[in-house]
Amino acid sequence: MSASDIRPITMPKWGLSMTEGKVVAWLVDEGRTINVGDELLDIETEKIANTFEALDAGVLRRKVADVDASLPIGALLGVLAPASVSDADVDAYIAEFQANYVPPAVEEEASGPRYEFLDVHGYRLRYTRTGEGTQIYVLVHGFGGDLDNWLFNIDALAAVGTVYALDLPGHGESTKAVTAGSVQALAEDLCAFLTSLELSGVHLVGHSLGGAICLAAALAHPKLVGALSLLAPAGLGPEINAQYLADFVAGESRRDMKPVLQQLVADPELVNRTMIDAILKYKRLDGVGRALTAIAAGFVAGGKQSVALRGRLGELAIPAQVIWGAEDRIIPASHAAGLPAGVTATVLPGVGHLVQMEAASDVNRLLKG
Amino acid sequence: MARKILFQDAIREALDQEMARDPSVIVMGEDVVGGTGAPGEMDAWGGVLGVTKGLYGKYGNRIMDTPISESAFVGAAVGAATCGMRPVVELMFIDFMGVCFDQIYNQAAKFRYMFGGKAQTPVVVRTMIGAGFRAAAQHSQCLYPMFTHVPGLKVVVPSSPYDAKGLLIQAIRDNDPVIFCEHKALYAMEGEVPEESYTIPFGEANVVREGKDVTVVALGRMVGFATKVADDLAKGGISCEVIDPRTTSPFDEDTVLESVENTGRLVVVDEASPRCGMAADIAALVAQKGFSFLEAPIEMVTAPHTPVPFNGVLEDLYIPGPAKIEAAIRKVKGYKG
Amino acid sequence: MSVALSVEDLLEAYRTMRTIREFEDRLHVEFAKGGIPGFVHLYAGEEASATGVCMNLNDHDHIASNHRGHGHSIAKGVDVHGMMAEIFGKRTGTCRGKGGSMHIADFDRGMMGANGIVGGGPPLVCGAALAHKLRGTGGVAVAFFGDGASNQGTTFESMNLASVWKLPVVFVAENNGYAEATASKFSVACGDIATRAAAFGMPGVTVDGHDFFAVFEAMRIATERARRGDGPSLIECKLDRYYGHFEGDNQNYRGPDEVKNLRANKDCLQRFAKALTGDHGIAAESLAAIDRDVLALIEDAVAQALAAPNPEPADLLTDVYIKY
Repeated sequence: MSASDIRPITMPKWGLSMTEGKVVAWLVDEGRTINVGDELLDIETEKIANTFEALDAGVLRRKVADVDASLPIGALLGVLAPASVSDADVDAYIAEFQANYVPPAVEEEASGPRYEFLDVHGYRLRYTRTGEGTQIYVLVHGFGGDLDNWLFNIDALAAVGTVYALDLPGHGESTKAVTAGSVQALAEDLCAFLTSLELSGVHLVGHSLGGAICLAAALAHPKLVGALSLLAPAGLGPEINAQYLADFVAGESRRDMKPVLQQLVADPELVNRTMIDAILKYKRLDGVGRALTAIAAGFVAGGKQSVALRGRLGELAIPAQVIWGAEDRIIPASHAAGLPAGVTATVLPGVGHLVQMEAASDVNRLLKG
Repeated sequence: MARKILFQDAIREALDQEMARDPSVIVMGEDVVGGTGAPGEMDAWGGVLGVTKGLYGKYGNRIMDTPISESAFVGAAVGAATCGMRPVVELMFIDFMGVCFDQIYNQAAKFRYMFGGKAQTPVVVRTMIGAGFRAAAQHSQCLYPMFTHVPGLKVVVPSSPYDAKGLLIQAIRDNDPVIFCEHKALYAMEGEVPEESYTIPFGEANVVREGKDVTVVALGRMVGFATKVADDLAKGGISCEVIDPRTTSPFDEDTVLESVENTGRLVVVDEASPRCGMAADIAALVAQKGFSFLEAPIEMVTAPHTPVPFNGVLEDLYIPGPAKIEAAIRKVKGYKG
Repeated sequence: MSVALSVEDLLEAYRTMRTIREFEDRLHVEFAKGGIPGFVHLYAGEEASATGVCMNLNDHDHIASNHRGHGHSIAKGVDVHGMMAEIFGKRTGTCRGKGGSMHIADFDRGMMGANGIVGGGPPLVCGAALAHKLRGTGGVAVAFFGDGASNQGTTFESMNLASVWKLPVVFVAENNGYAEATASKFSVACGDIATRAAAFGMPGVTVDGHDFFAVFEAMRIATERARRGDGPSLIECKLDRYYGHFEGDNQNYRGPDEVKNLRANKDCLQRFAKALTGDHGIAAESLAAIDRDVLALIEDAVAQALAAPNPEPADLLTDVYIKY
């Protein structure tokens, strides 16, 4: 065994805006044998706290990063190596890594072509394009979200395909003045987005309201869509936490928003100050209140979902799956039951509505098929 | 990555966007156009702060140079506000409040209440505060506590470009008189600011940094100092929560009290004079409503009770800088009852 | 006289002057009875000024007044019942009992407020005029102030600003000879306040403030100039007040029989009535009928004010920003 068997654990880059992360806790002890996918440590980013899972296997020989340390992406967190590698080799590896490590330049972070914009149906839509593969993923966030909802998924999916994530009208940095807020209209906007980019046969991935939009798009324009993954989607049953939607629209302060947003996840600790601040910053923008109100009215009425697409799932002639968190407090996981034979359903235990963030690795595995 | 601009450009952008949105928004002050009646270029200067440069070209007579008569033009802004306009008036330095205070605290502040709710006075007074420019005793003060003392006025002390834009737009749309205090040392500060218009509600403190050992409440320029000190101390194991109230009136009591409930220790940093200032006010608030949370006496880090000196050595001593803030944090952290 | 007033206009002016007189005389009585809290400054004797000025204005024009503001308010059309209730501090008052005599305002009538600060009004009026100018409404704004406020820096600054910005303002200096107790002969360094207009590049005129027609005509000219966009004017009305600076003022600074002689020889209301029944051929009975109406109006206003409720304790915290 030699030093070539040593594998670094480095600060991951979750999403475009992440420049550094903070080590919240180590979840394993030195000396433990680690398998790929094992939970290594909790890392907090600007957006959300998340558990970082092992990308390599080996014995955790050294924890390099201290708890509470804030480190740039790519910084050394720990070292994996077979037990046969000597401590001296591990030490030498760490010394060499640290000597050669250069944090990504901030200027480079700020100036690169990160976000792109496309004019569709009178909207200016923001999106990102990541990866090179022929398999096309298009990720569509839910009510009040934006493309950063996919920050734990984009890079993983980009390893196997080209990943587009967009901000729906009224959301993120897209145009806030929503002319038509119905699911049908937003589905047409999405399809126009695909057509403008000359994309077809894509794997549409929609979360929550975005799920209903993706489903409606696949039903209306089957040629554009080659596969469908619906994460805790709207449209499959009448129940919805309408109070959440109302409180999300009405909330003005950090104090208002924290309990509202905590309903999105099974573990309320995941909702941190910067995540709340980011949502408040979005909600303060002119026109957002009106946009959200119009869009909410497009799929919820009288405390129930008003868009019913469950009966049309059978029309789909493409691979389709539904992924739900068992602890979803926004749209119940019971909507994943009793789907037509062609639609696979996975319900993940201990996970809430924001399933792609709270169970990123599971969701990524399912999306990669 | 969001766009980064300077604090002063954030203020200009707020004025520009609100003037574009609402024709009742007007701007007046000394040299805000920058040369009315002078032989050179009319829109050359944009005021001593350069903040209003370019607005005359876009909005013409909705931005007006004034004679140096603060009583008249601040009063005119107040009067115009009661008649349906939304004036933003620039009082070059807060130190000049002495020559127009009646129009602010006896007139603008009182109308809504004194006239039984039948008058609105949506006027914004933008004014420069703060020491550090060797500008001496009459151009360097942080007099926002005096405005905070007056019921009917809202008082804003932004600490970042993001806050400056959102709070100024909120101030312009607000139906009460607002004193908007811009620290002159912050104009060149750069920060992320959305291009779209947005508002930050008044009375909503910003938790700049979370921590569990000591609560540090700071305003204006002091927020940056406190955050820097907190970052440094975190490496040594002292975890500070830094709270920026953003507005001194209304004041977000709950956020401060909740934080002190968690930390048990409070340091208040205020560049104003110590007596009857914000530090004393916040300390009194926590002593009254959060006494049972406290595990150490409250520390106040303020300027000394002197006018602002001219000499640089003295002025640097005058300003409650990072060293004083750090000492205060260490003192409350190390307190053993 | 270049513009003839109709009989209806003249009777309306008479009604206004008589209303002010009855209002103030009645307040004098009610204050002495102890029913009125705080400070009250009465306008009786000066009616021709407020009336002659405001007859040139409409509801869209603005006035700012001072501590002696009841006459200006009535002349600008503020509801007499609301005013009376306000002066008694009642919830039904113009300002719901939170302003009182010195702070009566009614923005629906263009009345920007009486003002407890001497010289407080002129800067505000510049703002109202600026709003008219920027919106192109053709409206004007009037600052009523006394010989005391004529010495205030705010007044000078405002005259300068109004001239520099060519604002549609009319500055009306009501010189009643006394700033509180101090004579204007002592406190005003120039003979006539109107001469100060020249220093600010505007026309200035001194008129007999006991003469409705003189005030009306000066104001007509100033208002036309303002509405044309030619800028501000200053009118000085020389007049007299019948009561003290405030109610309770024993006025021992005034000469023996000064007020008695004024009432007998210079009274603006008597003079106006004489002109109406003389030159204008209006029947005395028409004026007597107005007198009876006004008497009944004031009687009713006092009765309603006395019967009206005080503000509720909860009103203490309304109409101001409070979140403490």
